[in-house]
Amino acid sequence: MRFAVLVFPGTWSDWDCVYALEDLNQTAERVWHRESSLDDYDGVILPGGFSYGDHLRCGAIARFSPVMSALDRFAATGKPIFGSCNGFQILCEAGLLPGVLLRNASLQFRCQPQELTIERVDTGFTNTCEPGQVVHLPISHGEGQFFAPAAVLDELEDAGRVLFRYSGENPNGSLREIAGIMNPMGNVLGMMPHPERASDALLGGTDGNVIWRSIIEQWG
Amino acid sequence: MTDHPSPADAPPAEVDDDVLAQIALSREEYDLACETLGRPPSDVELGMIGALWSEHCGYKHSRPLFHHFPTEDERILTNLGEENAGAIDIGGGWVAVMKIESHNHPSAIEPYEGAATGVGGIVRDIFAMGAQPIALLDSLRFGPLEERRNRRLCIGVVAGIGGYGNCLGIPTVGGELVVGESYSGNPLVNAMCLGIAPRGALISATAGPPGTQLMIVGADTGRDGLHGATFASVELDESSAERRPAVQVGNPFLEKSLMDACVGLVRDHRDWLEGLQDCGAAGITSSTVEMAERAGAGIRIQTRQVPRRESGMTPYEVMLSESQERMIAAVKPGHVGDVQDWFEHWDLHAEVIGEVTDDGIARVLDGDLEVAAAPVLVMTTPPAYEPYAERDADATSRAGWDPSSLVDLEPSAANDALLRLLASPNIASKRWIYRQYDHMVGTNTVVTPGSDAAVLRIRGLKQGLAVCTDGPGRAVELDPYSGTARAVAEAARNVACAGARPVAVTDCLNFANPERPPIYYQLRESIRGMADACRAFTTPVVSGNASLYNESEDGPVTPTPVVGMLGIISDVRQAVRMAFRDEGDEIWMLGGTLSQRASTLGGSEYVSVLHGMSAGPIEVDLPAESALVETLVAGAEAGILKSAHDCSDGGLAVALTESAVAGEVGVAVEIGEVERLDAALFGESGARAVVSVGPAQVMRLSEIASRCGVHATRIGVVAGDRFRVGSIDMPLSEAAAVWNSALPALLDD
Repeated sequence: MRFAVLVFPGTWSDWDCVYALEDLNQTAERVWHRESSLDDYDGVILPGGFSYGDHLRCGAIARFSPVMSALDRFAATGKPIFGSCNGFQILCEAGLLPGVLLRNASLQFRCQPQELTIERVDTGFTNTCEPGQVVHLPISHGEGQFFAPAAVLDELEDAGRVLFRYSGENPNGSLREIAGIMNPMGNVLGMMPHPERASDALLGGTDGNVIWRSIIEQWG
Repeated sequence: MTDHPSPADAPPAEVDDDVLAQIALSREEYDLACETLGRPPSDVELGMIGALWSEHCGYKHSRPLFHHFPTEDERILTNLGEENAGAIDIGGGWVAVMKIESHNHPSAIEPYEGAATGVGGIVRDIFAMGAQPIALLDSLRFGPLEERRNRRLCIGVVAGIGGYGNCLGIPTVGGELVVGESYSGNPLVNAMCLGIAPRGALISATAGPPGTQLMIVGADTGRDGLHGATFASVELDESSAERRPAVQVGNPFLEKSLMDACVGLVRDHRDWLEGLQDCGAAGITSSTVEMAERAGAGIRIQTRQVPRRESGMTPYEVMLSESQERMIAAVKPGHVGDVQDWFEHWDLHAEVIGEVTDDGIARVLDGDLEVAAAPVLVMTTPPAYEPYAERDADATSRAGWDPSSLVDLEPSAANDALLRLLASPNIASKRWIYRQYDHMVGTNTVVTPGSDAAVLRIRGLKQGLAVCTDGPGRAVELDPYSGTARAVAEAARNVACAGARPVAVTDCLNFANPERPPIYYQLRESIRGMADACRAFTTPVVSGNASLYNESEDGPVTPTPVVGMLGIISDVRQAVRMAFRDEGDEIWMLGGTLSQRASTLGGSEYVSVLHGMSAGPIEVDLPAESALVETLVAGAEAGILKSAHDCSDGGLAVALTESAVAGEVGVAVEIGEVERLDAALFGESGARAVVSVGPAQVMRLSEIASRCGVHATRIGVVAGDRFRVGSIDMPLSEAAAVWNSALPALLDD
């Protein structure tokens, strides 16, 4: 597959995502936020970082970048969009996913390995996982507390759109331990953890590859 | 004496003491400046000279001692002090670039911004050379955390380091925290940065030939940080809080863009540039004047061209502002537009503010008015001092204390002694700190914080890099020479435990007021000790920083030279960690014996925590340390070490606890008949490490140790869920709980 890895001023997981995908023999290109077309790509990654320094709110300025209109059109085609960390925050700000990411309940930044449970294995993002599988993916954020009104949470749960939940200690106070959610069409996933940091055995884990492999399986 | 014509705005005939105090220039230094210039300096010249002659920029007291340092070997690509950081050839076509720097005074006044901008400054030093920063470390000292003001400083500093470093996308992979009485009110905040670049791709901080255009890029210039270099060069007192305007405010987002733009510019368009330099202490003054000095040239700066964020700024303020996130690029005349377009991609604005001249004079213009015109060499040649030195009587007497006068530890009290040590912030887990730092971004951190050294890979390269910092202040206070040699030895041991051969040192010398004989004695002997130890390990000093005048109303800080050590692992896949791994593995002690003399308790954490004293002899055996390093590296290269951890603070018992807790597996270690129980468990003789190996590899370990001339002793096995070391016996979970919870208990409100 040919992936676009979006780069906003302040994005920093762009290369990490490029390398993780290249290690799986995919093509990944960094695409600057001023680009206006994503037509040439089969999938889009919104990596982590501090786009625009998190000024105003995480993701609040990035959503006005020129590439975001192209992203809206891309989402409508049904091709996959994956956002992690700041990418998740941008997807929420842009309205492609519901809810918002608040400051961690601890009021401190948290960087640590994190245990997650996979809620469904019949989606484009989790089809290579085992039912009930537990994965370890690092988290690294100061604002990862997922919040949405109860009605929205119920809707997410009822529609099976919660794909990842924190297990063990809730690292940021997210409601219902939500770590990652999907859009109704099933082609946009946002999550706080960083699968690209668990895609190389030398760094202590390859659990992140289940997500990349699922995407490739579904859309490749 | 040469007469240099006055600039247009006539200099003041007399200058009063208040003005000199503001720029921390002594009356004698002022007279020297007048004599060298052949006239009194103008206001702007005086401000520039004051900043460049400050201890912070001019190294007046430390420079005369630097000749002691070994600075060269075939790997080292830079001359000490000539560039923003030191560069080391690491093989495979790559170079590493590193430096450590202090931001102590700003952090004392405004912990978050002080620490944050310390990170910003050291990162700019690295990318000013065209290198990509890949790791940060921080070495921190605070007063007792039971006191509210020290807690506030610690919490603020950690948040500031994280707030800035996390936003940049550079992992913070290591460092230290030491707590001590003397750091109350004068915390030490040292930040180290490591970068990499392809060999031959670095750029110098030079101004280039006459006609070269000097461009400023990044933040607009404001009044923040005025006299920051001066502020860093005086003691803190009750009026220091009024110096808050001397503390800069950081914008890490801007720095991230600036970093990406500068690294890319040097990588892709080095031919547009003559040089690149960051605006650090003393702002545009030091950056441009030092660039001119390296080029043997002069400069002409037009202050009206400097983009400002405040109106009404005087040329003096523009020249001395320490606004953050600014760089000076020396650009070939035909490429000014290219450089502007390049930075525009990141929404950064580059502006020509001056040019290189051929007359060796640093000229500053305010429109048509020339407000400074002094020779570059006068500004960059501060006086150098070698004051009278005399060893402190109190430290001498404490160093002479004989630990054998202590009653030995009762076996029944061993459990309690260990738990008290594990609860000391100097020994307890630092997870409370490093989980606030992104230590994984960049996906190169092979060994994450918590082990002896962090290990980084370089994508596509077999070799890996190990880095750590060490600065045992208490030992240095008791014996500046041996204590500092011990700092180097401990750092070398730490990278060797990871499997790396130590190759180079960067140092941050944190001392009090060197004009006082005991302090200058500490500084001089410390530098000698560091130099001799660096020779023993063949680790030249490639860069560093001296932070003097670290004093508050409570007195001077403990002398704290911090050593940043770089090591190279020949195969990064063989990096070794601290954690024990598999039950049944054998535990061996490399170097020394189980039985230890009382003298090994000198300056130890045990004597400090259990007996409330900082006293006793400081011993260091450099040949034994070198042999241990060889053994650890050879063991790692042979692929037989399942874990390695050096015995340092808290001695053998603490080293074993840390390996066991990290591995979540118990140990059974026999101590047997020993001279003294306290020294055997908690003595801090150097040149020892605890390793674990599979039973099948024991012979090979013995062979390697014997080949290197290191005593190797089998002391026990990895087994079960209890921690049993001689007379210590407790569930591992009990030790783990104390070790893990000590810092959170002190720091979480």
